[in-house]
Parts: sequence; C-alpha cells; structure tokens
Amino acid sequence: MPTDAPLLVVENLCVSFRTEGGVVPAVSGVSFSIERREIVGVVGESGSGKSQTLLAILGLISSPNAVVTGSVRFLGQELLGLKRRALDAIRGRQIAMIFQDPMTALTPVHTIGDQIVEQIRAHESVSRSAARKRSVELLDAVGLPSPESAVDRYPHQLSGGMRQRAVIAMALSCNPALLIADEPTTALDVTVQAQILELIGRLRDTFGSAVILVTHDLGVVAEVADRVLVMYAGRVVEEGGKGQLFREPLHPYAWGLFGSIPPMHGPRPARLTAIPGSPPKLSQMPQGCAFGPRCTFRHEACAAQPSLGGAGGHRSACFLPRDSRQDLRRTLTGRIPA
Amino acid sequence: MLAALVSRLGQMVLVMFGISVVAFLIFFATPGADPSARIAGRNASQETLAQVRHDFGLDRPLPVQYALMMERLFISRDLTSFVNRGQKVVPTVLEAIPVTLSLVLGAAVLWVLGGLTVGVVAGATRGTWLDRTLMILSLIGVSIPVFWLGEVANLVTQSRWHDTWLFSWVPPLGYIAFTEDPWGWFKALIIPWFTLATLYIGLYGRVLRASMIETMQEDFIRTARAKGIGERRVLLSHGLRTSLVAFVTMFGLDFGALVGGGALLTEVVFGLQGVGKLTYGALQTLDLPMILATVIYASFFVVMANFIVDVAFVFIDPRVRDAH
Repeated sequence: MPTDAPLLVVENLCVSFRTEGGVVPAVSGVSFSIERREIVGVVGESGSGKSQTLLAILGLISSPNAVVTGSVRFLGQELLGLKRRALDAIRGRQIAMIFQDPMTALTPVHTIGDQIVEQIRAHESVSRSAARKRSVELLDAVGLPSPESAVDRYPHQLSGGMRQRAVIAMALSCNPALLIADEPTTALDVTVQAQILELIGRLRDTFGSAVILVTHDLGVVAEVADRVLVMYAGRVVEEGGKGQLFREPLHPYAWGLFGSIPPMHGPRPARLTAIPGSPPKLSQMPQGCAFGPRCTFRHEACAAQPSLGGAGGHRSACFLPRDSRQDLRRTLTGRIPA
Repeated sequence: MLAALVSRLGQMVLVMFGISVVAFLIFFATPGADPSARIAGRNASQETLAQVRHDFGLDRPLPVQYALMMERLFISRDLTSFVNRGQKVVPTVLEAIPVTLSLVLGAAVLWVLGGLTVGVVAGATRGTWLDRTLMILSLIGVSIPVFWLGEVANLVTQSRWHDTWLFSWVPPLGYIAFTEDPWGWFKALIIPWFTLATLYIGLYGRVLRASMIETMQEDFIRTARAKGIGERRVLLSHGLRTSLVAFVTMFGLDFGALVGGGALLTEVVFGLQGVGKLTYGALQTLDLPMILATVIYASFFVVMANFIVDVAFVFIDPRVRDAH
C-alpha cells in the first residue's frame, strides 16, 4: 500500500433532505478514506445511505431540498461546494461512476459510441475518429462481443449485461483514479454478475483504479473487495479488512448480516439468523444507537450514539466490550464462526 | 424501411378515401341536405327541381354520384361551385393554398423557435422567477383568443398608430404574393405570423417544460452529469433531445390542421384569402362542391403531417426505428 496521502478522504459527511415533515437525515457523519488501487466494498440494506454517500461525493444529488455538509477531499482538493466547471473537470476524468440500473443509465437517443466519445472529448482534446477508435478498444476491453458494430448501437439494442459493460467502458474511458460503482450487478443475471465482478476486479490491475463498490450483496463483497464498510441507517457501523470482517465481525448488525448467508461448510443450521424488526424510518430515528431497537444485546450505554472505534484498522460503532463479542455472537447464531 | 414507407403511403390513400366518402355522404346523402333544392333557389317548382337534379346528376345512385364527383374533382378538375356559377372549385382551392401555407409556415418557424426557447429556459431554471415569468406569459399567450389579438394588432398597426414611425411600414390588410414582392410578402405577413404563433409558443413552451423536467429526473441525466460534460450539454444533447418526442407529435398535428384550414380566424381577421376562409365561406352558403374539395384538401394535409411526424420519429427516436 502506498505511503502517501489517501486518494479520497470523506469526513463527517452528512446528507439530509428537507421534507414537509421536517429535515430527514439520510447520511449522518460518515467518514472513511480510500487508498490508491484499493477496492472497498460498502454494504448495507436499502435506505442505509450507501447511494446517497456516493452521489454526494460527486455532487450528483440534484434535489433542491438536499443539504450536504462535511468534507470530501480528493487528492487534497475539497469537492463539496466546488464550482460546476471545476467539478466537471474531475467528474468522468478522475472519478467515474457506474450506476445501478444499466437499463436506464444510458441516454436512449444516442449510440453508445457517441456517449463514450462525448465523455472522452469533454476531457481530452482528441479528434472524433481517435475517440471513436478508443471507444471500440474500451468496449473490447470490457468484453463486449464485436465491439466495432456495438459502438454504433443504441442502448435499447443491447442486453442488460451488454449495457452495463458499455456503462463500465464509458466510466473507464478517461482512466479514472477512482471508480464508484453503485450496485453495478443488482439488475443483472447471476452469470452476468460474475463476469461484471471479475471485470471490476481486473480494472485495478489493468487501469490502476481504486474502486468503491456499493452493494447489498455480501457475496459480491467477498468476491472482490479488500476492505469493507458496513452502513446502517446513514452511518458506518463497522469498517475493516475483508478477512477481518468476514472472520470476526464486531457489530451485532454485521452478525445478523453474515448470519443471513447459508454456510458453505459444516452442519446446516435449521434456520438462518434473521435480524428482528426492520430498519428505522429516516424521519423517526431512535435515540442513541440506531440499531438499538433491533439489537439482542442492547444495554444502558446504547442510549448514547456510539462512535466508530477499534484497533488494527478494524473498527466498529458498538458499546459491547470487544473481548466478549465473539462469545455473544456465538450465542446468537449457534455457530462457530468460520 | 422502404416496405414500411410504401405500406404507410398505402394507408394514407385509404384514410383519404375514407374521409372523402364520409364527407360526401354527410353533405349529399344526409336527409334535409338536398343539394338540388339549394341550387334551384327558393320556391322552385317540382319541375325545376327535377331538372336541376338531372342536370347535376343528383338523380343517379349514390356510388355513381360519388364516382362522378371524384372524377370531376381529380381528373377533369372542372367541378364548379353550386353557388357562384362557373367558379371552378379546384383552381380556387389551389389559389388559396399559397396564402395559407405562407401564413402557417412563417408562424410555425416562430412558434417552434419560441416554444423551444421558452420550454428549455423554463425547464432549466425551474422554480426561479424566470421560470415563473415565462409560465405566466405563456399562460396569457394560450388564453388570448387569436381573433381578439388579431383585431387589437390591427387596431394598433392599421389605425391608431399607423401614421407614427412605428407602424407606418405596415401594408394594408391582405396578401401579397411572394413571387411578386418578397419584401411586401414579409411585411404583410409578419403581424399575422406573430398573432397565430402566440398561442402555440405558450402551448409548446409549457408542454416542453413539463417534458424537460420529467426527463431531467431520469437516470441517464445523472449518468451524463457524472461524465463531466457541462450542464449545457446535459440539458441540450441529453435532456432536450430526449424530450422532443411530445413536441414533434404536437407540431405535426397542429401544423397539418392549420394548413388544412385551421388558421381560419387569423385569415379572416387579416383579410387573407386562404383555405380556411374559403371553407368558411363555402360552409356559410352550403356550397357542397367547394366544401368537399376543401375537406379533402384538409384531410390530405392532416394525413400528410402525420406521415411526416412518423418519419421524423425514425430520426428522433432510434427505438421507433427498430419497432418496424
């Protein structure tokens, strides 16, 4: 891992929306950093603030009722509150984004080639034909069959997997230092998912990009990520290396998450562990730990808001004593952690 | 592609045939609409009526009457008016066409440009005072009756302020042929153009604004913004380009209807002898051959405009291209 400053530093990022029922927080005080060439998985349920966090990084929250505060520094430059022109120099060039639904992410009236060319020419002064040639190469690199003809196709003429490849090719067109992928495989078939994940995993090797991979699929994270952030109700509740986190998750929410995956080895549990209840409504956030109402191990301390803490790069936001957590987890799942 | 075009043209012919049959039946075979009574004049004797019926072929079976009518309308082109004896119908309509076309084409240029500007600017500045001002202005434009606006324009430019430097250039009401005097043609039509276009600028501006706002919420707009291509490009190349479908559909229908005689009020107010005014006059005197000719002419333009819209879609929306 390089010793110089991290690629992206997010500090105390808050996103809230003004609604008729008052200000609703979607992301509350999220902090993390991304190193160069690192693949970080962000997991959490729907509505946990994953997507809003990522959109806020690139200033893509367009709602006039959104309030974004905190700090997002990319290579030392503050992105929040940056002028549109300066932001556009970074968007697509330094930080590129892949969106969740490839069916709607491409403009239906332009060919995918034109859309890639548009991005290349927005950031580099190259001729149309050179940009087009590079589009074909990119489409080839992401494994789109017969890229020479695909470049002149319209989005509706391609399947979901092919469109997602086209979106990825577009995102990679300017060799971004950071790629943000917002649930890139959610809308795809399982077999296509695997190919797309493999592709994202390869990106770091070929293009040297760091990747933030947002998903609610733990299998996806296990596949490609180096490090994992677990989000719940707009906060990061646990952060750590993939090995650490999968071996010894520290937060009761993460226990529930991992408990919900059927084990590959050992005796088959009669029932998978489920987290009781449902995530809190953003407009009615509980006092103290947001996971408290659903937590089996809730105690007096949980009335306060826990902060992210811990050693060895494996941090969690929980008041339970760290030494006893694995025992507690066993009582919950009835399983010996793998 | 060619097959689709040919089949589409075939459909057009069928539709126009249907329209001509319906128009014929409405005016010639509806009880009480006996054309011979009208031709023969008031208090005509039974003998005169029979004579007229025979002379005009109105005593023959309906299909034969229809065929004869079409033959005289399209092939020999010598169909004459029932009211102004000797006035040939086809040349009269043909003379009126350039007037209507000049009026509607010029207005169409104005309202497309105006509608695009209002729609895009208001859509992009949604919620600001500029947006609100434009929307109030378009609402006013949509609400003003065209005949009132035309009369006010006439009052100001032809009468009250005609002798001031401001409007002394305005020629008297009426049409000046482009081939005779292009500058005069322009001067004679510029006020009618604006009058006719006002309603449509407001209408198109409002529709385009709504369509733009909807499009700008789409996922692909977020993708476009994430590409760092600048908001203007996002707005025009992605937002506007995708929003054009509703705009073009409306334009085709409105343009066809106006060329087909829908610009009647404007034509009457500004003394332009166009197709609308011709139809209006024919309807007042129940001049059946003239009505038939203008209805078929109008249907031709409406059908044609629809056809052009469908062809335009192929260029605007690639999804339509593959649907065939």
